[in-house]
Amino acid sequence: MELLIKLFFAFIKVGLFSVGGGYAAIPLIQDQIVNTHGLMTMPEFSDLITIAEMTPGPISINSSTFVGTRLAGPFGAILCTIGCIIPSFIICLTLAHFYYKYRSFSGVQTVLTAMRPAVVALIGSAGVSIFMLALFNADFAGASLSNLHIIELGIFGVAFYLLRKYKDKVGAIQIILGSGVIGTALYLFTGL
Amino acid sequence: MKSCKPKDLWTLFKTMFILSACTFGGGFVIVSLMKKKFVEELGWLEENEMLDITAITQSSPGPLPVNASVIIGYRMYGVLGSLIAVLGTILPPMIIISLICVFYKQFRTNTYIAIALQVMRAGVAAVILDVTLNLAQNVWKTKSVFYITLMGLAFVSTYFFGVSAMLIILLCLAIGISQVIYQTYKNKGGVKNYGTTH
Repeated sequence: MELLIKLFFAFIKVGLFSVGGGYAAIPLIQDQIVNTHGLMTMPEFSDLITIAEMTPGPISINSSTFVGTRLAGPFGAILCTIGCIIPSFIICLTLAHFYYKYRSFSGVQTVLTAMRPAVVALIGSAGVSIFMLALFNADFAGASLSNLHIIELGIFGVAFYLLRKYKDKVGAIQIILGSGVIGTALYLFTGL
Repeated sequence: MKSCKPKDLWTLFKTMFILSACTFGGGFVIVSLMKKKFVEELGWLEENEMLDITAITQSSPGPLPVNASVIIGYRMYGVLGSLIAVLGTILPPMIIISLICVFYKQFRTNTYIAIALQVMRAGVAAVILDVTLNLAQNVWKTKSVFYITLMGLAFVSTYFFGVSAMLIILLCLAIGISQVIYQTYKNKGGVKNYGTTH
């Protein structure tokens, strides 16, 4: 019981202080779970990061489920995950309420308009990062023709063409799952 | 907020569940998928609204996909919508991780899984860049040199110099607020001038 309470509050802290999402949460989880409470060892923690990178879903949800299951079974997983999302829930609900109440005000519009181009740039930056990772398995500086993955390039090209050409008719999920299936098949047949 | 029909709640849950199950990589991946799904496919949200939601989720603590689900759920069906949307978002990772806890060794050493995960990135990249292009075109259409420059600067500083997304959004918030203050000041000045000409 004591362990469950400890876990619950540790993950509330993770949820509350992981501003910026994604990788920003990693040091925080490490601090809470490995250093402060000694609930996991460092090798276990690096396994966790590997899994989190390989599987879908936010890293903090992945780790709360992983840590919770390891230490207290399914109930622990649910408790840790709830702890992790409680701060998000309260804060975002409040912000959403005010956003929808005041967004038509001209002052608020001006502020929001100034923020939108930045958001577009941030999404674009994430896109380019994944593009480089998918095609070169490297970042911008590490990319060269010698480590270009041909199959990924082909899949990217076809997927991008389909998305541009048939705008509303192709869904994102179909594209992603389709590239997974076709790409794996291509790798197996060509033996690259 | 729409009236709440069980069928719509189910669509909301189902959409969040599938998006979350198929999202590899950081928070901006799921945001572009959400944009494609809720703005382009379902037509539930406006494009600008989705960008505002992204800015809010990025500046709030906690996992980005969860934050975005809270706001989109609230927008559609109030607090109940939020709960349903968040449930849809957190269930897939919870189920997957629970399974992996059991089959951890087999999972890590499976070549097929490794290949599938690697090639799926190419598809994810195509979706995000497609969404980016649509969004950037709309910024371009404003013909505002200021906003286009802002977009370019934000891209360069985050991609090439690794400036945190949070910092960029807060800076733009500050720019927006100073614009409002400047406009208010100018308008007041305008009224005063108007007064003196009489």
